[in-house]
Amino acid sequence: MSNVLSSQETAVHGVHDAHHEHHHHETFLTKYIFSQDHKMIAKQFLITGIIWAIIGGLFSVIFRFQLGYPDASFPWMEDLLGKWAPGGKLSPEFYYALVTMHGTVLVFFVLTAGLSGTFANFLIPLQIGARDMASPLLNMLSYWFFFLASVIMVASLFVQTGPASGGWTVYPPLSAIGDASIGSKIGMDLWLVSMAMFIVSSLLGGLNYITTILNMRTKGMSMTRMPLTIWALFFTAVLGVLSFPVLLSGAILLLFDRNLGTSFFLSDLIVAGKVLPNEGGSAILFQHLFWFLGHPEVYIILLPAMGMASEILSVNSRKPIFGYMAMVASLFAICILAFLVWAHHMFVTGLNPFLGSVFVLLTLLIAVPSAIKVFNWLTTLWRGNIRFTPGMLFAIGFVSLFISGGLTGIFLGNSALDIHLHDTYFVIAHFHIVMGVASFFGMYAGVYHWYPKMFGRYLNNTLAYIHFWVTLVGAYLIFWPMHYQGLAGVPRRYYDFSNWESFKQFNGLNEFISVVALVVFAVQLLFVFNFFYSIWKGRKVTDPNPWKSNTLEWTTPIRPGHGNWEGEIPEVHRWAYDYSKDGKDFIPQTEPVGADESKH
Amino acid sequence: MASTAIPAGTKWWSGGKSPFNASYGKIMMWYFLMSDAFTFGAFLISYGTIRFSVNHWPDPNYVFNAFPFAGHANLPLAFVSLMTFILIFSSVTMVLAVHEGHKMNRKGVEKYMILTILGGLAFLGCQAWEWTHLITGDHAVLVNGQIEKWGTTVTRNPFGPEVLHNGQMVSTPGPIAFGGYFFGITGFHGFHVFSGVVINIIMYIKTRLGHFDQRGHYEMIEKAGLYWHFVDLVWVFVFLCFYLI
Ligand code: HEM
Ligand SMILES: [Cu+2]
Repeated sequence: MSNVLSSQETAVHGVHDAHHEHHHHETFLTKYIFSQDHKMIAKQFLITGIIWAIIGGLFSVIFRFQLGYPDASFPWMEDLLGKWAPGGKLSPEFYYALVTMHGTVLVFFVLTAGLSGTFANFLIPLQIGARDMASPLLNMLSYWFFFLASVIMVASLFVQTGPASGGWTVYPPLSAIGDASIGSKIGMDLWLVSMAMFIVSSLLGGLNYITTILNMRTKGMSMTRMPLTIWALFFTAVLGVLSFPVLLSGAILLLFDRNLGTSFFLSDLIVAGKVLPNEGGSAILFQHLFWFLGHPEVYIILLPAMGMASEILSVNSRKPIFGYMAMVASLFAICILAFLVWAHHMFVTGLNPFLGSVFVLLTLLIAVPSAIKVFNWLTTLWRGNIRFTPGMLFAIGFVSLFISGGLTGIFLGNSALDIHLHDTYFVIAHFHIVMGVASFFGMYAGVYHWYPKMFGRYLNNTLAYIHFWVTLVGAYLIFWPMHYQGLAGVPRRYYDFSNWESFKQFNGLNEFISVVALVVFAVQLLFVFNFFYSIWKGRKVTDPNPWKSNTLEWTTPIRPGHGNWEGEIPEVHRWAYDYSKDGKDFIPQTEPVGADESKH
Repeated sequence: MASTAIPAGTKWWSGGKSPFNASYGKIMMWYFLMSDAFTFGAFLISYGTIRFSVNHWPDPNYVFNAFPFAGHANLPLAFVSLMTFILIFSSVTMVLAVHEGHKMNRKGVEKYMILTILGGLAFLGCQAWEWTHLITGDHAVLVNGQIEKWGTTVTRNPFGPEVLHNGQMVSTPGPIAFGGYFFGITGFHGFHVFSGVVINIIMYIKTRLGHFDQRGHYEMIEKAGLYWHFVDLVWVFVFLCFYLI
């Protein structure tokens, strides 16, 4: 496993500590637990993310039971949740805890850490031609801070007063006053501490991704020859490094409000008949701080999926990606605009209407780069020689979902319409389709596509096809009807709608959604089974380049060791998208440009 | 590094080398500082929005007019100017340490690192004094018709608007956001100074042990220097926001 370091690596890697010695004997502990190999760290993120996804998904299944069957009681629920489901009926307090934790877990722990952590770690060094991340040590620490955050968040589930329950956006005053609700007590403190650890983790990861991409590209890998995955992961890291610190500030101030009696976010409150001493703070201020992260965050979740979909669509259409530079430019535009639209989540907070209209304009501008991306994906597919591998199906599904969910964003981005739609199921439908499910599809596409590189085996195809079709149809069946509920005014974050005459019409629909949700969840477990089963029992990879792809990761051995390439790192002579060119099916990036070759 | 001749026409971005001719560690430090700047930015902007939305804010010339061993000497901003001077001076010594590092002069690095560390510690000492003075101070405040004696804490502020009471002007409780933001932000900055001092001490020890001589360069000192200058720069903003306006 020992690798000779090329002199070139030494050059980019700083003059000092250029060698992470590969000669030493690896023990179980250094190989699997405290590993500094980016590929192993990626797997750690992925498997932790899968565990979190099961937990977070289970939360939603449980609260969907409540929404689908508000009058029924389920003895198994009492067995499972004890005092939180007396008599087998979910308590309202725990309903809120579940919604909050579902959002927190899926947004941050699965689709941020699980997604970026996995694919940035796995793909960046492999696709740019580096032996490892710039700093393998910080990379390892990034995982362990994430692990610590996870442990704290899990612990918060088991405290006596339950976990945080003020929504994943933790708005004060609910989150700032311990007495405001049962879920505002120690669970909320743990939430904040856990998020602080999470932010450290994402900072360490992000710094590494950025510097690795800037500094450690192999010879010939100019920025404009990088695969779009890398561009997307680069912008994701920049977004994270510049937006998470603002949430950190908000979280620190919130912790002070909770524990030191300050009034950053509190003013003139009466709780349980008692006038609180707090004055002069502003709850809206917290919303600004939160959404300054919150909106970039949705793109932190989406961009990696976009990058991977671009790559997978091109490989499996056997066609160059359409409009490479336009794809990079639109990623860049999204990255900039992401910082300038946060107040579209706050149209109904009493925001100055003029300011509101500025944010409407900026928000709707995002539709432009988004549309460019969509058209380029479609044109890439156009007349392609399409191979419907599971990865490809999920990538196409991603495009479908991004269109469906993006269109409703245009409704919401209009402040006048948003007065009606805000805090209804329309918003739930919007962001689950465009962010939740779409990013999951991007992640699945990535897992199916790069699994052979990760584990040297294939996932089972039959299970994969079942997984894809049930998930795609199921996701639309779950979230499409929610648009109608939202338009009819059904508010989000309600425990029970049975007291409203006007919402009775949705009883059947709610039950239907809950049943489909259960089925979709079950199919995800099928994927989890496939994932772990195939690690040991999957069909072995025999071809080092199973998808006939141009990118560098397929020039490594089937099971690359620490250091990735056995000899020298290959040099790069062209971009990553020479498919079906000059009569050749594909031309890897390592192939020198021929004298009579046509331009792409 | 500095001595390496760079051939003309080098393609910086074409891979195989750092486009900025800088090691990964320095680039990481730069991005970290950008990130940290956003943390401070968020704090300071929050402070600004609250400060300018309340009607009355304590006058810094009055609040910060004390000096050690001189009590309420009515020396507006004298002490904080001293603090600022100390911090800026420690930045200068840091520059000199980096400079000595370039010359591979271990003794010189050691000398200036010691001075930088002392500067940092002196600043922290000053801050401790200032905080103690504010918290333990007692100012007459009119509360519910009674005169009480208050210091400044995160939950109370004795520097509110003045009213006439028994023929005398007394202040009433002021906005408590003052203490919260003041202690919160200067505390967060102080925490950065503290971490900087710890880093500098580690750098000093590593210099003493000859680690950098063995490596053949003093880049770690440069990185610590970047952080130290950043902390200094942030202080300038904190100083501006809390003491000058
Ligand atoms: C053209 C593009 C888009 C526009 C104009 C848009 C607009 C909006 C607006 C105005 C809201 C606030 C609705 C409300 O609370 O009343 C919203 C919510 C949301 N959007 Fe989008 N959006 C777009 C694309 C996206 C994308 C691509 C993502 C994620 C990848 C996303 C994720 C979210 C999330 C997570 C929320 C709700 C957060 C919450 O309140 O819990 N949106 N969107
Ligand atoms: Cu948004």
